[in-house]
Amino acid sequence: MNDITKQLLSLISDFDPETGFTGAFNIREDTGCAGRQNSQNIEISSKSDKPGIDIRVKPGTKGETVYIPACVTHSKVDDLVYNDFYIGAGADVVVVAGCGVHTDGEESSQHNGIHRFYLEPGARVLYREKHIGTGEGSGQRIINPQTYVELQEDSYLEMDTTQIKGVDSTQRLTTGVVGPRARLVVREKLMTHGEQYAETNFEVDLNGEDSGADLISRSVAKGHSKQLFRSRINGNVRCTGHSACDAIIMDEGTVSAIPELTANDLDAALIHEAAIGKIAGEQLTKLMTLGLTAEEAEAKIIEGFLK
Amino acid sequence: MLQLQHISLQVEDGANREILKDVNLTVDDGRFVVITGPNGGGKSTLAKVIAGILAPTEGRILLDGRDITQASITERAKMGIGFAFQQPVRFKGLTVRDLITLAAGSETLSDCDIGRYLRSVGLCPRDYIDREANASLSGGEMKRIEIAMVLARKTPLTIFDEPEAGIDLWSFGNLIDVFADLRRETEGSVLIISHQERILNIADEIVVLSGGSLTMHGPKDEILPGLLRGDRCAFCRGEE
Repeated sequence: MNDITKQLLSLISDFDPETGFTGAFNIREDTGCAGRQNSQNIEISSKSDKPGIDIRVKPGTKGETVYIPACVTHSKVDDLVYNDFYIGAGADVVVVAGCGVHTDGEESSQHNGIHRFYLEPGARVLYREKHIGTGEGSGQRIINPQTYVELQEDSYLEMDTTQIKGVDSTQRLTTGVVGPRARLVVREKLMTHGEQYAETNFEVDLNGEDSGADLISRSVAKGHSKQLFRSRINGNVRCTGHSACDAIIMDEGTVSAIPELTANDLDAALIHEAAIGKIAGEQLTKLMTLGLTAEEAEAKIIEGFLK
Repeated sequence: MLQLQHISLQVEDGANREILKDVNLTVDDGRFVVITGPNGGGKSTLAKVIAGILAPTEGRILLDGRDITQASITERAKMGIGFAFQQPVRFKGLTVRDLITLAAGSETLSDCDIGRYLRSVGLCPRDYIDREANASLSGGEMKRIEIAMVLARKTPLTIFDEPEAGIDLWSFGNLIDVFADLRRETEGSVLIISHQERILNIADEIVVLSGGSLTMHGPKDEILPGLLRGDRCAFCRGEE
């Protein structure tokens, strides 16, 4: 594992350069594997037909964390990976993914991670992924994550996804099929600046009675960056669906929010909320009366908003 | 000591209205001064002028002899002016802990200290310290947090713009205690905009602002009787 990978791992996960990860992990570095470890209950194996891994969590596994970060450490890398998670019935685990792309050269690098989650009845997953771009090169840092989620009855998946900085272009697609009494929660936090572009697409089918989805995006668009947020929820049975896009625009930044809610059942209750605007002047004024400068107040408001 | 010298404020909204007209006022150190008067009389505007949120079109503001008329909101805050808004501002993502810590100007404010400020305003620290100061809090809760923030600031001059507004369930006695504690701890001046007779009653001095002009100013014992009609204050909103 090279030093840039170690730095990126520290930024996108709770990686300790001295002790590494505890428990099951797989570290992807520039399309290769830089380390792997299984635990008693979590088995990671390479796919034979395409790049990527299968992660199998035994039924009833509780309290374990599996780390599968991916790092691109130089220009001119085009990485595509398929990672499939099979979460056994009644398991309750944390999955930490995340991706860092570093370029020092003029040519672009990109990571396209396609993650599929299959949760058996009653399983619970907290899925955390953090994306970051680093390096001084003019080459674009591109991360396009795709997540597909299939939730069987009474299962629950919460996805916390964060793009901190430095990613020039991202297209994020999250799709889900939610079974009876299962619930999908997605919390996205995005910060774009410069000439960056970020696109988020949520597509969820609520197919099981009393299923639910909660898709929440908070974002800040600075500089000349552009963001597009599209959420599509289909309520096909008695269910509850909620999506929200809450965005702060600064400088010349632009944000578009496009909801599409379809109720195919009389008892489908679907809600979309969108609030896009600049930082309220009274918020800046309030923090300035506490002794912060306008710049410090702005930074504190954004820090809190994306916390 | 705060001195307002010939403060006027005109707004050009088509009618060239004069919100403040040649206001002269001195608030000595350690004094508890209540500004009262009819709605629309310029009280909140005057408070914002002192805090630097609005600039006067004429006149000078001196703090401890130093001309602060051109000083920014931030500079005045650093010089020791605290300001509790009439309408508290909400923040998505910032918690009560964040706001009180920012107000105290200390990164290392302990939970114990934050809890003390929250208890002072009648809020249970355990229930509120990690709550986001967003729309999930009621107007009354936000008002108490606003007051807790100025308590944490411990400034030599603290301005409250209608602190009683929205504090309906909290006993008024607690609010009076807060002012007493603040004076004791900071030994500073407190300037309160209020219509409430019970707040007027604990003032050292009362100022009446009406139609943008300072119409009366003097010790409470001289001014208050003139404001009262029987057992009611001329400017109070139904305290009976």
